[in-house]
Amino acid sequence: MAHEQHNYLNHQKGIWSWLTTLDHKRIGIMYFVAIMSFFFLGGVFALLVRAELFTPGKTLFSADVYNRMMTYHGAIMVFMVIVPGIPAIFGNFVLPIMIGAKDVAFPRLNLMSWYMLMIGAAITGSTLFLENVDTGWTFYTPYSSIKTGLGVIPMVLGVFIIGFSSILTGLNFIVTTHKLRAPGMTMNRIPLMVWALYSTAILQVLATPVLAITLLLLIAEKTLGVGIFDPQLGGDPVLFQHFFWFYSHPAVYIMILPAMGVISELVATYSRKVIFGYTAIAYSSLAIAGVSFLVWGHHMFVSGQSEFAGVLFSFITMLVGVPTAIKLFNWIATMYKGSIRLDAPMLFAIGFMFLFTIGGLTGVYLASTGMDVHFHDTYFVVAHFHYVMVGGTLMALMGALIYWFPKVTGKIYSDLAGRISWVFIFTGFNVTFFPQFILGNMGMPRRYYDYLPTFTELNQMSTFGSWLIGTGFLVGLYGVFYALLKGKEAGNNPFGGKTLEWTTTSPPPHENFEKTPVLTGGPYEYR
Amino acid sequence: MNWFSLITATSFMPVPATKESGDVDNLYIFLLVSGLISFIILIGGMVIFIFKYRRKTEDQKSAYITHNTLAEFLWSFIPFVIMMIIFAWGWSVFHDLRRVGEKGDVEVHVTARQWAWTFKYANDIEINSPSDKKLLDDPDSTLLKPEIVVVPVGKTIRFILTSDDVLHSFYVPAFRNKMDAVPGRRTTFTFTPIEKGDFTVFCTEYCGTKHSNMMATIRVVDGEQFAAWQAEKIAANAGANNKGPAERGEALFKGSLGCSGCHSIDGSRIVGPSFKGLYGNKRDFADGSSVTADDAYIKQSILVPTAKIVAGFPPAMSSFQGRIKEDEIKDIIEFIKTLK
Ligand code: HEM
Ligand SMILES: [Cu+2]
Repeated sequence: MAHEQHNYLNHQKGIWSWLTTLDHKRIGIMYFVAIMSFFFLGGVFALLVRAELFTPGKTLFSADVYNRMMTYHGAIMVFMVIVPGIPAIFGNFVLPIMIGAKDVAFPRLNLMSWYMLMIGAAITGSTLFLENVDTGWTFYTPYSSIKTGLGVIPMVLGVFIIGFSSILTGLNFIVTTHKLRAPGMTMNRIPLMVWALYSTAILQVLATPVLAITLLLLIAEKTLGVGIFDPQLGGDPVLFQHFFWFYSHPAVYIMILPAMGVISELVATYSRKVIFGYTAIAYSSLAIAGVSFLVWGHHMFVSGQSEFAGVLFSFITMLVGVPTAIKLFNWIATMYKGSIRLDAPMLFAIGFMFLFTIGGLTGVYLASTGMDVHFHDTYFVVAHFHYVMVGGTLMALMGALIYWFPKVTGKIYSDLAGRISWVFIFTGFNVTFFPQFILGNMGMPRRYYDYLPTFTELNQMSTFGSWLIGTGFLVGLYGVFYALLKGKEAGNNPFGGKTLEWTTTSPPPHENFEKTPVLTGGPYEYR
Repeated sequence: MNWFSLITATSFMPVPATKESGDVDNLYIFLLVSGLISFIILIGGMVIFIFKYRRKTEDQKSAYITHNTLAEFLWSFIPFVIMMIIFAWGWSVFHDLRRVGEKGDVEVHVTARQWAWTFKYANDIEINSPSDKKLLDDPDSTLLKPEIVVVPVGKTIRFILTSDDVLHSFYVPAFRNKMDAVPGRRTTFTFTPIEKGDFTVFCTEYCGTKHSNMMATIRVVDGEQFAAWQAEKIAANAGANNKGPAERGEALFKGSLGCSGCHSIDGSRIVGPSFKGLYGNKRDFADGSSVTADDAYIKQSILVPTAKIVAGFPPAMSSFQGRIKEDEIKDIIEFIKTLK
């Protein structure tokens, strides 16, 4: 380039300028680095867990070590990777640009959320060295409160703090979306990614405090012996499950709604077509967010709750299935008569739809009370939620990474590396998790260290698949370094996107736009 | 395993062994078929569009279609109707599985504890599962041999579940039924077996170290065999009462108290310390103190396990206060004395 372009990356220099930055774009990158490190750790635990299950009996570790690895894998992946993942990384980076704002509404709060995540993660992570936790990521009482070590306390304290990070980010996004839209950008013209982040933010703000209180009660019981959950102290062990799922069911939508936002962007751009049913997609996000507060009891069909409660929760759960189905139909209808290019991000979007359809359909099985009694807490459930959460969120995350990489760095991510990574992740994923549906049919319970010899072949397939997934992500990571060092210059709009972030330079200037944009139409006007 | 058996939808499920499980399987077949059709419509459509509308030239235009009210109504309404069918069907199956309050022809009290099940029949027959024998001769296996719990075919059986410590869940895949065992509560698991044979019980609520080991075998037999089994057990119980204290202690250790789940008698380490050579020898505690194991120490360890923690072990044991009688403690001590 002839003269050094002025952008947010060279706006200030030095590590300190990063650690104290108030620029949402830089904070997004800091989240990326942090969350990817957590993801690496969670991934290593996943590979170890699967390796242990390669043969029945003891393969590598004792039962206690296995239970701990299973716990850390789940807790890290859920609380430190998939929940913050897309909103914290890409939400931070693109949300303000997509609505034509200079930054988020509360830049200092934004930086503080990042530090909260770091502090929470450090406390949770410290238990790895102090006293390992073996409760599983759900921390069910009374096992967590009376039967296992004190490591549970710092562990949930860390999760509690991470929860606050999530609340603050949500708050920030809600206010930003309401207050900082560019002139002409009505609520019905904001990109679907923003709608998704906005619905997620509502969930984060409303649901996370319940988790926070629950974890505090657990700590109170464990340290002070207050009888809340432990029946020996006069508490109710099932109460914990009610509290926990009151947060954690909405949380599964905190994990997936942002991914759905990404998919809407990718499908529109790579089909070069106006999105089908903009309003339906936008408002179905809100519908999902609303209804998902009323379905927590579907995790407790066999907990001893009344038959009536079970049936009621089953009914409401079915209602969530409808807006979910609507989204899938809309994306596919968007492709109809489109001008489709199968670049790597689009492959990830297609992978998302494939895996998410399987995950969503099996969700309906589980929502049906009579069927769930057989499948609850078996590998069928493990397969279901990995299909929706991992197949959904991680596919979207990879797609988002490659799609917005040029905007973030000014360099193009190698499409070839993206495709190779996709082939490994997509096939590996199915090889890993499809057999688990069958294991669930056969009756293999989840969180098992050892199993009957009849389950061996399917477990071996599953372990083999996990290596493919691991390889796929390593290729993806290699792609990041390769693009940073050797990537081609991107230009402002390499993929022909229509949303606002593609109208500014790559990388964008410190305050996103040289001139505040003014909108005259909707976000996906491919004519 | 036969991969070709995929052709029949429920071929990976264990044989349905109860009246209720056949109904679950019918629902499953409906779910599988309707799910498969939905999958083909969605993903099939997607794949066709990918190929048909592939961008062939750089300036290829797309159609401008923003929405279509009829299509949108149909693809919201039809899934809704199907889901309501699945909901209602699921409910009716669920109602048959639950049968709360219905008395069984045979009633068994089932108590779960880390990591064993105790089955107690009305006439005091008691079965503890798993046993202390290995299930497989594989040296790496950690699974113990399940004990056999016998029930008659064609009768309504009600298990009344509770737990002594943490949550457990009673799951019989062949019955398509499961129910949590909750401390401080009673829940029921009612079924009517229609197939004779042996069916495995698993624990599906994570409960700590040996969660995967909490198995039992339910053996369904015909009425006469069931009566004969009961008679035999009652006779054996009568015999046991004539035994010496050390033998009674051994039965408690391996049986209803479930000590053998955590303590070995051959010196090997399970969860807690082994009892081999315990009596009369020195124990070192986590706080640095030590004591010679005598009657008072063993009694205290049973009633207040957290009073003295043996060095190198977690404080994992819960109190047996209220679950054990004074003479039973004596019998156990007698038994421990024999473990030189
Ligand atoms: C939107 C994407 C979805 C995500 C991210 C998701 C995530 C999850 C997760 C994480 C679990 C397991 C929690 C655990 O016990 O560890 C789960 C279980 C469950 N999901 Fe989903 N799910 C999704 C869609 C659906 C849909 C569409 C339905 C039904 C219409 C559904 C119904 C259920 C039910 C009933 C369970 C409980 C199963 C059991 O424990 O027996 N899910 N889901
Ligand atoms: Cu849920």
